[in-house]
Amino acid sequence: MRRVFKGLGLGLVGLGLLGAPWLLPGWLLFLLSLALAKGLVVLGVLVLMWGGLVSFGHGLYFAAGAYTVAFLAKFLGVREAALGLLAAALLNGVLAGLLGLFLSRYRAIFFGMLSVAFSMILYAFLLKFYFITGGTDGLRVPIPTVLGFEVSARDIRTVNYFVNLVFGLLGLFAAWRLSRSPLGYLMRGVKDNEVRVEYMGASVKATVYGVYLFSGVLGGLGGALVALSVGHVAPDLAYWTTSGEFVFVAILGGTGSVLSPFLASALFELVRNYAIKLSPYTWQLSLGLVLLGIIFFYPEGLWGLYEWVKGRWRPKSSSKPSI
Amino acid sequence: MASEVVLETVDLARHFGGLWAVAGVSVRVCAGEVVGIVGPNGSGKTTFLNLVTGYLKPDRGKVIYLGREITGLGPRQVSRLGVARSFQIPQLYAGMTVLENILMALAVREGQALEFFRPLKTAGRVKKAEELLERFGLSKLLNVKVSALGGGERKLLDVAIAFASEPKLLLLDEPTSGISSAERYQVIETVLRALAEPVGGRERAVVFIEHDLEVVRRYARRVLVFFEGKVLADGPAAQVLEDESLRQRVFGARG
Repeated sequence: MRRVFKGLGLGLVGLGLLGAPWLLPGWLLFLLSLALAKGLVVLGVLVLMWGGLVSFGHGLYFAAGAYTVAFLAKFLGVREAALGLLAAALLNGVLAGLLGLFLSRYRAIFFGMLSVAFSMILYAFLLKFYFITGGTDGLRVPIPTVLGFEVSARDIRTVNYFVNLVFGLLGLFAAWRLSRSPLGYLMRGVKDNEVRVEYMGASVKATVYGVYLFSGVLGGLGGALVALSVGHVAPDLAYWTTSGEFVFVAILGGTGSVLSPFLASALFELVRNYAIKLSPYTWQLSLGLVLLGIIFFYPEGLWGLYEWVKGRWRPKSSSKPSI
Repeated sequence: MASEVVLETVDLARHFGGLWAVAGVSVRVCAGEVVGIVGPNGSGKTTFLNLVTGYLKPDRGKVIYLGREITGLGPRQVSRLGVARSFQIPQLYAGMTVLENILMALAVREGQALEFFRPLKTAGRVKKAEELLERFGLSKLLNVKVSALGGGERKLLDVAIAFASEPKLLLLDEPTSGISSAERYQVIETVLRALAEPVGGRERAVVFIEHDLEVVRRYARRVLVFFEGKVLADGPAAQVLEDESLRQRVFGARG
């Protein structure tokens, strides 16, 4: 019976996601698109949290991915979405590969602060090299072609949504596999007991490095998707408050599941949207209060809330052995 | 028959500030040997293990493992060569289950530490882990989180993880400390029975630190007595532990 419910629930969610462009008003669909793209970046932050590492600099990959798409269009005249995404993934893989060499040596606050530092270097570059990056004005991203097909301005929202949905699901799947793989377990082992990881004959540094690569690619893809969806990039994407937002959303969602970044990301966008509508000048205040409430009452995030509801519904099986 | 020397240390020494915790230890351990290390607190027993496994770097001296010098290598490299250890305070992944702890050790042993797509829990690996845990009497606790385990169970799991890497040299740091005396013999017997089987046609060498002299008398064939960073005595258990003047000096009235 429970399986039937579960299957039914999943089917409904699937239908809802597929039918969203026809069920939701335009602004909400756009919001959902953004939530999917940013959810990927948050997922990147989350996989590092398995190892107890908090990246306060994922704006770096977010911006690098977004500007990759913008630069391709500006300098090479390439506006194919697939190429943009591929380039963003590759470039951010290389970028994470380089910075990871350095960052995988650090833990705790040092890791966090160094990642901010790197992201602020990129921010300064985007801001100051006006002739390349457009400075504070940023760059316009033209309407892309998707796998060679021209997309009309009328359909672009729907097309963007489906592109983001596909990549959101791909990222989700990859992170889910990672979470169950030896590398994913070792990453949690790094948080739990570094001494044990090394004494098993595994490398803490290599473990962090591997996961950091994955995390950087996710961040880049998320940025590229946002650039395609919004049609504009600006240096703010690399600013530390953007990075802070990703960390915030990750904590809001909780580390219990790879699904939570997307749920939290959607909730965050919704709350922000309504907070701005409600009070345009103090929206940060309203947003802060809502988030404070959630974190105060559900310290394990949205996923903790879900587990709590599930737990009330049926008795939790005890993990303790019978004595 | 002269068996192969598994571990040899030459004048191994390490100081902390003005104190020489290990002050020139030269020992040889051969395949098939079960060696007990005894000595009062602060006599350098654990520091010795830390030096051999590369957790600490020696100030002086050499560590030779199977004819190869391993001085200065870190715990990871030393572990990969086939030296495993357990800890006085078990080093486990507290947030994971017993099974997961062992599966990780097995996966790393298989060289799959960086595998990111295929799952940790493969049927073959789980079967291997179950067999291993069976030998250590932990099969009933497969899916129990480590944080819910008792002290003795943690000790056993710690040794089982070390064992999963199929070591040729196993160093156990007080495998029975913190365990009730009723459980104590059971634990050490379980451990030594599991270790008695040869790995890859080669006999293992086991070195264990132990405070309980009765345990040492029963299970160690050879005893090293550590005192103030030096090996004070080295010989067959019966002989060393019966030496009254040695006992007086090292353990006072106790033991």
